[in-house]
Amino acid sequence: MTGIAYTPGRRWKKPPLITSPLLRWSLGLGIAVYLALALGTTEIDWGRVAEGIPRGLRFITGFFPPDFVTRWDEIFQGISESLWMTVISTVVGIALSIPIGLGAARNLAPRPVYYFCRAVLAVSRSFQEIIIAIFCVKLFGFGPFAGFVTLSFATIGFYGKLLAEDIEDMDPVQAEAVRATGAGWFQWLNYAVQPQVLPRMIGLGLYRLDINFRESAVVGIVGAGGIGATLNTAFDRYEFESAAAILLIIIAIVMAVEYTSSFVRKWVQ
Amino acid sequence: MIWAGYLTVGMIFVYCWNLVSETTIWMFVWDAHNQAVDLGERMVPPKWDYMSKLWWPIWDTLNIATLGTVLALIMAVPVAFFAARNTTPSTVILRPIALFIIVASRSINSLIWALMLVTILGPGVFAGIIAIGLRSIGFCAKLLYEAIEEIDEQQVEAIRATGASGPQILVYGVVPQILPAFAGISVFRWDINIRESTVLGLVGAGGIGLQLNASITNLAWTQVSLILLVIIATVVLSEWVSAKVRHAII
Repeated sequence: MTGIAYTPGRRWKKPPLITSPLLRWSLGLGIAVYLALALGTTEIDWGRVAEGIPRGLRFITGFFPPDFVTRWDEIFQGISESLWMTVISTVVGIALSIPIGLGAARNLAPRPVYYFCRAVLAVSRSFQEIIIAIFCVKLFGFGPFAGFVTLSFATIGFYGKLLAEDIEDMDPVQAEAVRATGAGWFQWLNYAVQPQVLPRMIGLGLYRLDINFRESAVVGIVGAGGIGATLNTAFDRYEFESAAAILLIIIAIVMAVEYTSSFVRKWVQ
Repeated sequence: MIWAGYLTVGMIFVYCWNLVSETTIWMFVWDAHNQAVDLGERMVPPKWDYMSKLWWPIWDTLNIATLGTVLALIMAVPVAFFAARNTTPSTVILRPIALFIIVASRSINSLIWALMLVTILGPGVFAGIIAIGLRSIGFCAKLLYEAIEEIDEQQVEAIRATGASGPQILVYGVVPQILPAFAGISVFRWDINIRESTVLGLVGAGGIGLQLNASITNLAWTQVSLILLVIIATVVLSEWVSAKVRHAII
């Protein structure tokens, strides 16, 4: 027993996430100050909220039972319009994002091209689909074409950025090996770069398909076609049963796409 | 096999394209470049004086994104624990409910949430915060429960072997393993929410979108271009912050 010194009063403590105590405390303090400021300046009209709760309950009960029948023709048309829009905008968006993604990869592109492509990606990613949709509706008129342009543009930002990052992370040894065989630039792209990024890119393409479908449900609100237009009309006419049906259909389709894409991704990898 | 795949994709594409072109008025489309030039001319130069009226909406937008993210995280944590296969109390009842919450929150866009909440809560920042919160639960809970499912079971086992109770296992065995993932997810979602909260104003839920909508309806295009520049700056800045923080954590 004499070999072990007993140190009283020291209990084991959990190691904190941020090790530097100064950073930890200043971060905590900063968050507290920010929260106080933010909550202090946010105007919340509690009276209006309290008034809204029974209204909200009525609103929710208005959703039941979901009515699939009365507006079925419009719903069906809206959904199918959304589906085509999704498919073509995903295909076109990905096709356009490949050259931009290649240009935005630091290890492939010369500097000016790199900066230009990065700027395109940044612009496309900064704006919500809705803002782009407002402009596209102004330029191309109402209807699914505007929605198609919007979603394609948004796809470029998402897919191009991830493609560029994936190319930047690729294994340079393989690329070097193919180049050493005397391959031309396109051959090099085809045999060295493409096989390394393809599996992940297929998965991401399916993911983008899923996102585009969800977004197609909102671009309709500003007049760019698809199920969003139908949904907006249903809300405007206070036909909450139809709105509930539309929301349920959207959820079901998203779930179906998600399951399929996770299955395909497993199969690809 | 591969060629058959390409062929099917091609056929679907052509079919869908035909459907879209049937419903398009091509005259408007061919006219688009004139419209674009016209719009472009009206948008420059941005009306810089208008900036003084924008600080407050920017602050509101930041608040919507941040408070909404906080709200979402608070709600997402229990959902994630119920949804993760290794921590859920019951696989039969609670897990499907949690998964349904995740999918429902993810598939309904924040703008649609805002549309509904503005009807219920009245227009303003509060509806925006709730909309962002509800929309983000799904995303946060999904990533978090995947992180929980990937934890190292041995550490949990070790804690359990000391005779820890259920909550103690969670606090000492599970939470330390997912804390970095949690921090990463919250910053990532915050960054996305900044972008989403810029448009919530279009349906009346506060933030800079309100000014954007007003300027567009007034055809004040020089103000619109300034607002768009401000949005780009905010988003790029928040993306930079989020990338830095995530880099520091991982």
